[in-house]
Amino acid sequence: MTFDRSRPGRGMRFAIRTLVVAMSLFAVNVFAVEPAERLPDPAMEARARTISTELRCLVCQNESIDESHAGLAHDIRVLVRERLAAGDSDAQTTRAVVARYGDFVLLRPPVRPATWILWFGPLALLLVGCAGTMVWLRRRATAQDGAVPLNDAERQNLDRLMREDG
Amino acid sequence: MRRFIYVVPLGLFLVLAGYLAVSLRPGHDPHALPSALIDQEAPAFDLAGLGTGGRLARDRLKGQPIVINFFASWCVPCRQEHPLLMRLGQREHVLLYGIAYKDKPEDSVRLLDQLGDPYRGVGLDREGRTGLDFGVYGVPETYVIDRTGHIRKRFVGPLTTEVVDKELLPLLRALGAS
Repeated sequence: MTFDRSRPGRGMRFAIRTLVVAMSLFAVNVFAVEPAERLPDPAMEARARTISTELRCLVCQNESIDESHAGLAHDIRVLVRERLAAGDSDAQTTRAVVARYGDFVLLRPPVRPATWILWFGPLALLLVGCAGTMVWLRRRATAQDGAVPLNDAERQNLDRLMREDG
Repeated sequence: MRRFIYVVPLGLFLVLAGYLAVSLRPGHDPHALPSALIDQEAPAFDLAGLGTGGRLARDRLKGQPIVINFFASWCVPCRQEHPLLMRLGQREHVLLYGIAYKDKPEDSVRLLDQLGDPYRGVGLDREGRTGLDFGVYGVPETYVIDRTGHIRKRFVGPLTTEVVDKELLPLLRALGAS
């Protein structure tokens, strides 16, 4: 009897399925906000969460402060909630963080001359590519229209080759 | 028109080469972030002093260009730059102040006992609020503040001899440090 390594046994498959289901159930809980940080007002807490998902954690750089467990992310989450509790608007709160940490703290960079290449570069490249393709296609079409028909010698040669082949 | 097409790759290459030459030049760290507070007034702070030292407050430091160094006893790169801080504070007579960032006072005291105290004064920022106001995202960070209290330069990470000699000291001289 050969032992097939590539297929897990029945018990193993059950265990894997259970694990996958369990992981997807608990995966909902990915944010890092600690209970002590939360604001008593659910509406204001929701605003804080929305703002937090747009702010970069500067220590980890690819996570928002809402997802990060870094100490600095905690500090900024608390700052955001303090500003909201003090009556600031969402925009004012975000500005307070940007004033300290600069535009880099925003996961969605603002549109301004320094970021035009970032925002419009891909579109510009697409347009250049489209224009290039159109020029190329048009040239190919005109080249075919202007094709020179075979002369008699060439036609005879072709017929001979076709006969030999068939 | 046809000739122009042959020049396009060369043009693209030059643009890319120029961009890389600027952003990868020696001594330039592409990960360093410019402070959002450059040329702005330093955030206000009024911190309890370390040990027997008095409070450290922004408004009492105006009138002379100063250097503020955020440090912590738990920070390894801080120990690395410490000899340079000693040189700045003692040999170069820089008005160097320390802010102990998220550190226990007894640990800060032990650090300065072990390695020497280069600071004219040390403020305690136990919660990291002053750090947050300065936009500190890790220790050490070092700020040069002019006589009117405006931030002129931020150094992220440990200072090096090269940075001190080529940037920090010339800047302080330009700002008219006595």
